[in-house]
Order: sequence, then C-alpha cells, then structure tokens
Amino acid sequence: MKLSSWVLIFLLCNLTFLSSISAFRLSRSQPTERISGSAGDVLEDNPVGRLKVFVYELPSKYNKKILQKDPRCLNHMFAAEIYMQRFLLSSPVRTLNPEEADWFYVPVYTTCDLTPNGLPLPFKSPRMMRSAIQLIASNWPYWNRTEGADHFFVVPHDFGACFHYQEEKAIGRGILPLLQRATLVQTFGQRNHVCLKEGSITVPPYAPPQKMQSHLIPEKTPRSIFVYFRGLFYDVGNDPEGGYYARGARAAVWENFKDNPLFDISTEHPTTYYEDMQRAIFCLCPLGWAPWSPRLVEAVIFGCIPVIIADDIVLPFADAIPWEDIGVFVDEKDVPYLDTILTSIPPEVILRKQRLLANPSMKQAMLFPQPAQPGDAFHQVLNGLARKLPHERSVYLRPGEKLLNWTAGPVADLKPW
Amino acid sequence: MKLSALHQSYLNRRSNSFRSPTSLDSSVDGSGKSLIAVFWLILHCLCCLISLVLGFRFSRLVFFFLFSTSSMNLYSAPFRPDLPVKHLDVHTIGRNLDPGANGTVAMATKSSRVVVGRHGIRIRPWPHPNPVEVMKAHGIIERVQKEQKTIFGMKSSKMVIAVTPTYVRTFQALHLTGVVHSLMLVPYDVVWIVVEAGGATNETGLIIAKSGLRTIHVGIDQRMPNTWEDRSKLEVFMRLQALRVVREEKLDGIVMFADDSNMHSMEFFDEIQNVKWFGTVSVGILAHSGNAEEMVMSMDKRKEMEKEEEEESSSLPVQGPACNSTDQLIGWHIFNTLPYAGKSAVYIDDVAAVLPQKLEWSGFVLNSRLLWEEAENKPEWVKDFGSLNENEGVESPLSLLKDPSMVEPLGSCGRQVLLWWLRVEARADSKFPPGWIIDPPLEITVAAKRTPWPDVPPEPPTKKKDQMPLSQGNTVVVIPKQQQHSTKIRKPKRRSKKNKHEPRPTDTQVYSSSSKHQERN
Repeated sequence: MKLSSWVLIFLLCNLTFLSSISAFRLSRSQPTERISGSAGDVLEDNPVGRLKVFVYELPSKYNKKILQKDPRCLNHMFAAEIYMQRFLLSSPVRTLNPEEADWFYVPVYTTCDLTPNGLPLPFKSPRMMRSAIQLIASNWPYWNRTEGADHFFVVPHDFGACFHYQEEKAIGRGILPLLQRATLVQTFGQRNHVCLKEGSITVPPYAPPQKMQSHLIPEKTPRSIFVYFRGLFYDVGNDPEGGYYARGARAAVWENFKDNPLFDISTEHPTTYYEDMQRAIFCLCPLGWAPWSPRLVEAVIFGCIPVIIADDIVLPFADAIPWEDIGVFVDEKDVPYLDTILTSIPPEVILRKQRLLANPSMKQAMLFPQPAQPGDAFHQVLNGLARKLPHERSVYLRPGEKLLNWTAGPVADLKPW
Repeated sequence: MKLSALHQSYLNRRSNSFRSPTSLDSSVDGSGKSLIAVFWLILHCLCCLISLVLGFRFSRLVFFFLFSTSSMNLYSAPFRPDLPVKHLDVHTIGRNLDPGANGTVAMATKSSRVVVGRHGIRIRPWPHPNPVEVMKAHGIIERVQKEQKTIFGMKSSKMVIAVTPTYVRTFQALHLTGVVHSLMLVPYDVVWIVVEAGGATNETGLIIAKSGLRTIHVGIDQRMPNTWEDRSKLEVFMRLQALRVVREEKLDGIVMFADDSNMHSMEFFDEIQNVKWFGTVSVGILAHSGNAEEMVMSMDKRKEMEKEEEEESSSLPVQGPACNSTDQLIGWHIFNTLPYAGKSAVYIDDVAAVLPQKLEWSGFVLNSRLLWEEAENKPEWVKDFGSLNENEGVESPLSLLKDPSMVEPLGSCGRQVLLWWLRVEARADSKFPPGWIIDPPLEITVAAKRTPWPDVPPEPPTKKKDQMPLSQGNTVVVIPKQQQHSTKIRKPKRRSKKNKHEPRPTDTQVYSSSSKHQERN
C-alpha cells in the first residue's frame, strides 16, 4: 500500500510539473541571457495581486455580435483586442467590484469591420468608440470621476486611436478626443507622432502561435542565409511610382541589394517562409504603410535577428525589453549601406543577440497564446499597467470639472452608432 | 492641277498629324482657338520630350509645384542612379492644427525627424555587392554555424578510418575517384587505408595521392581472382589486413569500410560519429545487371511471384538492421536473392546481376579501440582481434563479436539508407591506358564522320548539294544544310546569323593526332 501511494504521489508531481511547462516547446539547451529593460528585470513579473481590473459589461453589439458577423477577426493581426477581453474575463486580476478596481477595461472591437479581402475599415470605429464611451459615462460614474484616466482601451489598428489607415489622414484626425486621457494599448508606436500618446503601451501584433509552432525545424539546422526578407517593395496598387510606400525604404532595399547574393529578398511568399526564417541570421523588418509589422514577432520566435528599418519606431514593451541589444536599428537614410552595416557588426555581438533571442521568456512575451500563459503578451500588458500604478492625484477630477470636449472632432464622428 | 491637289492633300495629311484637324480649314475663323490648341499641343510635346530626356515626369512635377496643397510637405525628387546620394531635406510636420483640440496637440508639433509624404528612393552610386563585405559576411555565417554546432551538434568528432580494398582494372579510376571525392568532403579527420591486390602500384598511388588525405597504401601479393565469390573472399582478407594495420598503428577513430565502387552520402559520416563500439547502417543494394532485358524479365517474374505469394519478404533492395517498435535491434534485413537465382553473375565481367553477400562489410562501422590489444572499457562481447583465426571463415564483421545483439543500429534504426552498394566492372577484354594518360599516340584512328567546323574553306558545291569535300584527304565530311555559308540558299537571315553549333550531337571522336595527320596529308 505504501509503495503504491508513493508511486501515486510521484506521478501526480510529474503531471503538475509537465503541465506547468509552457506549451510553446523550445530547446532549453541553448544558453540564454536574462533580459532586463529600462524598467528592470520585469519580463517575468506576475501581475496577479498587483492590480485589479474591472471589465465593463457592454451590450453584445459592441463585441460579441461583431465577432459573430465576421469570425475572421480571430485570426488577423488585429485580434489582440478580442483575446484581451477573453483573457481578462477569466483572469484572477479581474474584479467584479468596481470600487476596488485600479483599471477599467472597455471591451469594444473597433477593428472588426472587415472588407471582403480581410482588411479592417476604420470609418465607423470612432463612432463606435464614442457611443461606447457615452454608454459607460451615463451608466457608471467611474468615467466621469476621472474622465477616463484610469480606463484602458485596446486599439490595435494601423495608427492606433487615430482610426485611419492612411498616415496623412490619421495625423489630420489625431487621437480621438474622448480618449485623450485614457491609456491606449496599441501596436502603433512612433516617437513624436500624433497617434502615439504619452503613456501608451505598445504591444506586438497578433500572430497565431500554433501556426508558427507547427513550422519549427531542428535547432541544429545551420543558419546559412545572411539576410532574409519576403514582402512587397513597391505597392503597385496604391503607390505605383514608389516613394510613398514605406517612405521609399523598401524600394531602396530592393534597388540596392537585388543582385547581392547575401540578401535573400523577394516578393514571392513561399510555403517554407517560416522554415527559411529559421535558417537566416538577419531578418529585415522594414516599415510598410505603418511602421509595425508581424515580421518582428516572427523574427523573435524563430531566432532571427530583426533588422528594424523604421525611423523613430517604438517597439512593443519598450520599457521591459531592451530592443537595442536584441535587434539592429538602421536609419532609413542608411539603407543603401545596409550590407556594410550588417557585416561590420562583430561576431560576438551577433552571438549575444542570438542568445538573447533564444530566451524563452522573450519569445513568450511576443505571443498571445490561448489560454493565456504566464509571461505572455497579456501578462506584459498587465505588468505595464501595474507599473503605472498608483495613479496620481491629478487623475481624479474635482466634481463638475470637465476636461474633455465631447463635441470635438470631425462632424461625421458625432453621429450616433 | 491634279498634282497640286495631290500635293495639297499630302500637305494636309502631314500637317494634320501635328495640328488639330480643324486648324487648316478654319484658319481665319478659329485662329484664336487654334492658336491655343497649338500652344497646348506644343507645350505637351515639349514636356514629353524633356521628360524623355530627363527620365521622370517633368510635367507632373511642374504642376505639382504650382498647385501643391499646404498639407503636403516638400520632398526631393526621385534620384537618378548615377547621381550621388543627396541628403533629404527635412521639414517639420505642418499639420492643420485643430483649434478645438486640447493641449496634448502642442506636443505633436514638436519637430520630428520623420516626414510624411513622397520620399526619394535612395540608391548608392554602385549598387552591387562588395567582395570584401561578402567575405566578411561569410565569416560571420561560419562563426554562427560553428556556435550552432557546439551548442546543438557534435561535441567532439572522431577521426574516420576508411578501409578500401582495390585492384587495378578499367573501372578502378572511376570508382576510386568517387571515393576520393566523398572522403575529401568529410568534415572530420580522415585516415584512408587502401589495400591493393597485386601489390601496391603507382597507378593506384597516384589516384590516392590526389586526395590530399593521409593515406596508408598496403599491397597484397595475390592477384584478384576472376569470379565474384573468390573476389569477395580476397576482399575480406584484405580488409582484415587493414584492420591489422589499425591495430599496429593504434589508430584512434571510427573504422568504416568504403568499398571502391560504393557511394556514400555525407550524412553517413555524420551518423557514424554516434557509434559507441559497433554499429550498423542500412545499405541500399543496387544489384544491376548489364542486360536490360534480364532486368525487365526479373521484374516481371518478381511481380508474378508477388501475385502468387501473399506473404513475401520485403523486396526492398536494402540490407540493414531490423528493429522492433522500441528501436531495439532484433535482426537484419537481407537482400532477397531469390529472383536472381541461377541468373547471377559468376565471373566478374558477366552480363548478369551481381549479388551482394548476405551481410556486406560496408554496412558496419566499429570503434577502432575494439581492435587494439589494450583498451580501457573494451566490452566483453568482443573477441580479441589478435587471436582471430581466418581459416574459420570470416564472412561478415559479426564474426568479430561474441554477441551480435550488442550491435547499435544507426540512421534512426536503419530507416535511413545512408550508402549504396554497387558492383560494376568492365568486360574482360577491355583495355585502358595506364594511368589514363595517352602517351605515346594511339595506333587506332577512327575516321571522323562529322566535324563542327571545316578544316579547309569549303569549295563551291559539286553535283550533290548536301555533300561537301572538306579536305583533300580521304575523309568525306557530310555537313548538314545549315552550315553552308557560301551557298545562297534562301533562308531567313536570322537563322544564318545564329548558325553556331550542330543541331545533333556529333559522334566523332577525333583524336588530336589523327586530325593533325589529316592536315599533313
């Protein structure tokens, strides 16, 4: 009897141990380095117990019905808003008592109005957001208490809360006036840009974890490609002459390096795209119509050093992850000299970057796995929110004080949704 | 009058192409209109010409400068590739400030490095790879791969000791060159022990020396016999001689048997590094017979047999370890020789399928320490090599072991075929120049049927159009029609210009000496 009970306990321990290993299996044999950014060694912090989030109960026309209309929203790169809500609903940081909440979350899917091709149209998003805020402002007192300064929204669209895919128009609109005091969780990040507000949390775009995991190749496959890139250089449909798309940077890459054997660059998207990335040392991540792209996530997962060609870009979780040590930043004006820049990096630096990329917590922080796992992008968002606590006194307004202008913005936005 | 009318109409037609159709008729009435039309047309043509010259849309640029909106920012024109890289002129973002917006807007008007709008595409003056940088990049790639190897791959690699029995014959150069190239590509240290029947000759020595590897050339006095059976017996003897050399020299590494007509894959050498004491791999058996008919017949027979018998041993031409589901060695797959029963080659130059032994030596690898007299950790299931009695008949390397079940199956338990076994030999009466050097000139000259070029300028054609006497010698060269430059055959010009090579492959084998011979004639 005693022996069997010991065996049972031993088996139970094994099971719990196995289940706690993250589902994203990586070879642990590669030596890695700890990652600590400007905020310290915070990648592996646990947000549970450090903050409380209250999730508003909005009518389903703001979230569930939209998703039912178009389930493609679950797989495209803007799916973070959907998974964020799902994760929060079942997370221990959620509280049902709004009085004790530090942060309030408004689950509205603004990026789910898709064209037949799958691209989201942002034209109705400002109205949707506005109507949601009006709803919560009239039904709960917490919005008016702080005019949204302790609320956070997930706006993963191209230019965040500017709600437009064209940069000039987005700059023209600016951030939605009602969101001026709220914290925005967005993928877009560029310094000194209208659409990046102070205090925003930048997150990576959604990339399907299972799909990437199914394309892993043995880690001992030698990396034989020097620079790898697959994507458009000229957007012939929208910018036939070149110079607008990517601010001319992608076209410059093509024109300068199309016959260079070190650069494996092309517009053809092969079926072995993920496998090829794992055989490359550098992966180019140039800007497109917006500075961010899922390429960064793919490069990090596959251990390929990202070469970021986007001036003033703000990368995901920039305070937790020291991107300068991990990736290579190239100014757009230096693109013609990209080969010189890359070959002049000392091999020790390259090996160190690869070690940092091999860190499993780094890879985990870039993903949105379902269900959520410790250290993944959700938890990093919560860590970021926790780092902003406690709120300053100025966040709480005196009764009757109004800072937001509810009638600002283009007239078309003021229509009800 | 007619002439003048014609002339007039001709003028009309000419002028219409430049001016609007109404211009000539209504020259007086619509003079103002036509002038404007003419002016615009001329301006358009001028702009087209200028843009052709300068290479970009000049006209659009002019209009842009004239009518640009305030929200658009200044940019510099697209670059020409031969101009040096210009510096981009950067202006601050001039957005239309919304007077109703809050104070946070003021932050956005801070000058940013980044400008929205059309940018030039920067191209450096010589947009081609720089060889110095390419070399540096390859150095980086090598360093990264070395690091990968140390992390994931082999910790330490052992020397590869290759044992090859050979003898001088027509196909020796072919087979041995294959082995030379395979061994030269092995990324580990290699010692190559070549045992030669009929004594160590210079010919073999020359081929081996070209490899640049460390070689041990051993000669055996016996000549290689004429039948396959006897040959394999002598080869066994030769291999054992080589193993004795390993024992005497105390070579430390992994012994593999590289028969000179086999073909090895590079993965084979990587896989055998994993052997601890004694390993076996799967060998692909290519039992080829020179007679295609025979092969077809044997295939048909095999199909018949398959139809008759439901259960049949696997007809895969593979010899190697057989494992159970837990990847443990339970036996060996042996090449099925039944279809070839009675039809296999007996003499070396028979035109019939050459069959392998039950277990070929090339499918086994062993740690050289097994052969030493004194080696630590030597397992007990190995017989002492020094006391091996050859007269008892050593058929396969398993005779070196007391317990054949301790053999390690390699190549994911035999599922990967890492090398191929083949025996191809020439006819008994085949002659070949020693060392494959033709010296002195051969006595045999073969008349050239065709040469791709005429040795002597062709003479004008005689009676037959398709025959042309080339040289005054006794050879007659038949040139296909396309090559007759002198004759004015009506054919499109393109084809005559593209007249380069023979459309059909020539079957000449003109020895240099014979052509010279003809010329002298």
